[in-house]
Amino acid sequence: MSVFWILVILVGLAIVGFALGRRRAIGSAGGDPKTLHSRPNYYGVGVALAALIPSLALLAIWLFVQPLYIDAQVATQIADAAIPEGSTRGLMMGDIERLAAGFDQLESRGLMTPEEIAALGPDDDIRGRLGEVGLALGSNVSAETLDAARTFRSLSATGGILMTVAVLLAGAAGFAINLARVHHSKRARNQVESVILALLLAAACIAILTTAGIVLSMLFESINFFRQYPITEFFFGLQWAPNFRGNSDLGIIPLLWGTLYISLIALLVAVPIGLFSAIYLSEYAGRRMRAIAKPLIEVLAGIPTIVYGLFALLVVGPMLRDYFAQPLGLGNSGSSVMTAGLVMGIMLIPFVSSLSDDIISAVPQSMRDGSLGLGATKAETIRQVVVPAALPGIVGAILLAASRAIGETMIVVLGAGAAARLSLNPFEAMTTVTVKIVSQLTGDTNFASPETLVAFALGLTLFVITLGLNVFALFIVRRYREQYD
Amino acid sequence: MTAIPDTPSRPSSILEADARTRKRNAAEKRFRMYGLGAIFVGLTALVLLLTSILMQGLPAFQQSYVTLEVPLLEDTLDPSGERNIDDIAGVISFGYNGLIEQAVEDAIETQGIEIEGLDDPAEIVSNQAAAQVRRFVLANPERIGTSETFRFLTTSRVDQYYKGQVTMASAERDSQISPQQLQLAEALAEAGLLEQSFNWNFVTQPDASDQRPEAAGLGVAILGSAYMMLIVLCLALPIGVAASIYLEEFAPTNRITDIIEVNISNLAAVPSIVFGILGLAIFINFAGLPQSAPIVGGLVLTLMTLPTIIISTRASLKSVPPSIRDAALGVGASKMQAVFHHVLPLAGPGILTGTIIGLAQALGETAPLLLIGMVAFVTEYPDAPPEGFFDPATALPVQVYNWTQRADPAFAERASGAIIVLLVFLAIMNITAILLRRRFERRW
Amino acid sequence: MKDVRADERDTTMNDVKIETKGVQVYYGENHAIKDVSLAIKDKTVTAFIGPSGCGKSTFLRCLNRMNDTIDIARIEGEISIDGEDIYDPRVDPVQLRAKVGMVFQKPNPFPKSIFDNVAYGPKIHGLASNKAELDEIVETSLRRAAIWDEVKDRLQAPGTGLSGGQQQRLCIARAVATSPEVLLMDEPCSALDPIATAQVEELISELRTRYSVVIVTHSMQQAARVSQKTAFFHLGDMVEYGETDDIFTNPQDPRTEKYITGRIG
Repeated sequence: MSVFWILVILVGLAIVGFALGRRRAIGSAGGDPKTLHSRPNYYGVGVALAALIPSLALLAIWLFVQPLYIDAQVATQIADAAIPEGSTRGLMMGDIERLAAGFDQLESRGLMTPEEIAALGPDDDIRGRLGEVGLALGSNVSAETLDAARTFRSLSATGGILMTVAVLLAGAAGFAINLARVHHSKRARNQVESVILALLLAAACIAILTTAGIVLSMLFESINFFRQYPITEFFFGLQWAPNFRGNSDLGIIPLLWGTLYISLIALLVAVPIGLFSAIYLSEYAGRRMRAIAKPLIEVLAGIPTIVYGLFALLVVGPMLRDYFAQPLGLGNSGSSVMTAGLVMGIMLIPFVSSLSDDIISAVPQSMRDGSLGLGATKAETIRQVVVPAALPGIVGAILLAASRAIGETMIVVLGAGAAARLSLNPFEAMTTVTVKIVSQLTGDTNFASPETLVAFALGLTLFVITLGLNVFALFIVRRYREQYD
Repeated sequence: MTAIPDTPSRPSSILEADARTRKRNAAEKRFRMYGLGAIFVGLTALVLLLTSILMQGLPAFQQSYVTLEVPLLEDTLDPSGERNIDDIAGVISFGYNGLIEQAVEDAIETQGIEIEGLDDPAEIVSNQAAAQVRRFVLANPERIGTSETFRFLTTSRVDQYYKGQVTMASAERDSQISPQQLQLAEALAEAGLLEQSFNWNFVTQPDASDQRPEAAGLGVAILGSAYMMLIVLCLALPIGVAASIYLEEFAPTNRITDIIEVNISNLAAVPSIVFGILGLAIFINFAGLPQSAPIVGGLVLTLMTLPTIIISTRASLKSVPPSIRDAALGVGASKMQAVFHHVLPLAGPGILTGTIIGLAQALGETAPLLLIGMVAFVTEYPDAPPEGFFDPATALPVQVYNWTQRADPAFAERASGAIIVLLVFLAIMNITAILLRRRFERRW
Repeated sequence: MKDVRADERDTTMNDVKIETKGVQVYYGENHAIKDVSLAIKDKTVTAFIGPSGCGKSTFLRCLNRMNDTIDIARIEGEISIDGEDIYDPRVDPVQLRAKVGMVFQKPNPFPKSIFDNVAYGPKIHGLASNKAELDEIVETSLRRAAIWDEVKDRLQAPGTGLSGGQQQRLCIARAVATSPEVLLMDEPCSALDPIATAQVEELISELRTRYSVVIVTHSMQQAARVSQKTAFFHLGDMVEYGETDDIFTNPQDPRTEKYITGRIG
């Protein structure tokens, strides 16, 4: 039975449980709900939750553990000798799983009967039959693989049946036990509320799980990578030249250089424009101007980065190439550090301006009064009192913007180019950490080769850098806010 | 005590500005201009961005069509003459090319068009045409032997000629079109057989291969994006609201709460591509979910959107004054009842607004989807949910990226057109959010 | 202190520094100041008293055009300093404010060093041509604000690190440093403890030898202690203006009497 139908049955069980629990509660109170400890609905919800939560938890765990268990079982079945030259146990497991999935497809589409599949031998045209359902196998099927795939299927089938039975039993048990305990003096509301509180806490913990998932997934693959590629060469190598036949140079320095160079240009564009916009809007602009200009600038923040990327690719890149790079003899590439930097700068303007705006507004009016009262002009007040007072916050905002710039992907994918280069010429194409993560992980990937695994090490580096910047920036901003609270 | 001169050094009259004051006022004016200039630059960038996308993308909604009379010859389509549908289906699209050629030549003849040096006149018709005729024939086998009027897409080169991207001079150097073929198109247009019209197919049809940019559409991408938004909505909203309620209303001030809070604010700033790596490693490699499937995209986007929703939901919960909670507790409600019966409904509009804005962000997100394989070339619509969540699909922003990577320049126009569709969706969502906020804004 | 003031009581011979005629102030729809005319004398401490919300602070802020910074404030009537209309379109408020300094209710030192706080005004107005002169101005101002001895060893320490009373005296030093002719003080002691208040009050009495001081206060005792002339405001009207002693001992208007005896306010 598919997971979908198990879910449907469980939900049905819960609804029935709600109705029965409610009725039983009223019944035990002699038809007068007022003598119940809790409102009748709480008894119903209690039964429904008892039917759902244990069974769903069991289902989740089962779905997680079963593939691991079956993999381990099947893997022990393959003798070391059966692994062909140049292959690994992992690759064979992949083949076996694909084969099993193919058989499932053939059977469910009615192209083969279970008997026909059982009769298949290694000499039959299994690859051809699988081709009918759009499944391409890398190599011919050996007897071991076929056997393993059969074991895999039978284990999966048994597992599926066991799971269905176990989960439905759990649901029914929860249902029955809770229903039996419904009694007019039961503190149903308190029980239901503590279950709900636990669910709320669980939801809050998803944030932690996500972070853990991010760190662990990247860490394990990075460790795999560093087993195959020396860590010092990764962090200090000046060459980035992946080669899918092996012997790649995978030094991160050229990528970091491109990332930082582009981010620097982006900040040089975004910080003055964003800061001055924020100053004008918060200190000079009338209510009308503020009401129009502020949301318009913030529209820039709502535009997806792919749009900026396309803008870089189709408009800014060719323009810079035709009017600056080529006449100045600085290169003839549309994608360049300058293209990506400029466009990214535009993207960051609203980010810098709205953060700075908040921070400047937090400077107490008494500061401005003090300065104006001494006969300072508005500009002097802003430059010498307001901005210095807001400086820590503004620095925090700039750091947050920098972290955005470093982690930005689509603008650099479309605007910066793909060549890893250590150069000072801003009109030359360079590449960034994020671009290389995309290029190493899209297309045909082999999760055993260092050329693919390097993407995880790049991702981990990126994560650590941006996390550091964020934590530091948030710390500064928070300290600053406390100063004026 | 050395005294400050009791008679100040500045002019005694305040009616005249001295030189220094004038200079300071000039500096003031300059400073003001910098600010105004910065806003001007920002707004110019916005206008430039939007107009360039509009200019490049609007033509994608117009397409050139040619109307031709195609003879459905029996000896080509059904040599046996038995109208056996399997036999007819045995003739692949390639077999229909001759019919198209015939149709174009017929049109040239009946219109009396004469162009010197015209080779392969049928090249002005899209490669899609043969498949279109075949579909018709398979649906209406009884029409074999008659001739039928079809409205075909022209090739993108002819289409681009009418949009000004292809010229006679560029056609000279082009292997896919010749100036003579363009003249033929002009002649057909004069005869009223070739025209431009609004192109719904761009929004509804699936993607097409590199050779047929004129037929490429956004149907699968829009559907894929819609599926993912549905998943994000169904997961991120309840989880986000639950987490916010816990943190805002129930969380004790302790280490764990601190860790969760710091975690959420950091997650909000993690680069989106890192979520893509997470999706690839956990959902695809570890959990074994299919690549290119909306379910994986939806899950990844859910995790990305959660912090946004949590932050805005907490703000809305916080804006409900404590007196409301006190009032509910005062009449004997439990804390849980106070929150679910009073605080949550009052915070509802704010939560909804935040959710819509979070969804809009997720809709435009591209980078993580690249890593989980949504760049694939998908020409079949995914099934209806829930099975469809596991079918391969693409997403709007990824389709844009995909088209920028194609060689044929006609795809640039389509990428910009796709952006327009994306921006229209985003505008609708954001305007809804703004209207909701206006409508339900409550000041305490 | 009382006897010191006794021989300084005679203020009639000082000339008029600020004169206002029929001043009206509107905050949007709200008529905050109604037709106030009065003459403020030089080298005198003038106190504005009255219940909160009576408009005394608003009126004070008109005297150096600080109300300009509030969009919805509108001022009618005439205010002149040394016979020059300060709302004349030719007047630059920047120059005016250098001449009419202001000390605020809450001490508001800039988040800079003590030295930079005091040097700020002279720097922007170009009062010192070199570092030595600037040092001198800073020292003199701090001495005049009676805080020099407390801060002379830590001039580079942040001004925000001082105690409340010290901060307020620093703010007074900051205002004095631009060598103003008039000092406006908006409830300068309301955020201070009694000891700091006494110090600031003493300082105000000293300042009047050089400046015309206008002080807004909600404390009648303070007005009696530091001022020579007192104006009583009530609901936007200036009810009574005269010698401080007369106001407190022999009020002409029943509203003044009620306020002084604690029946309104």
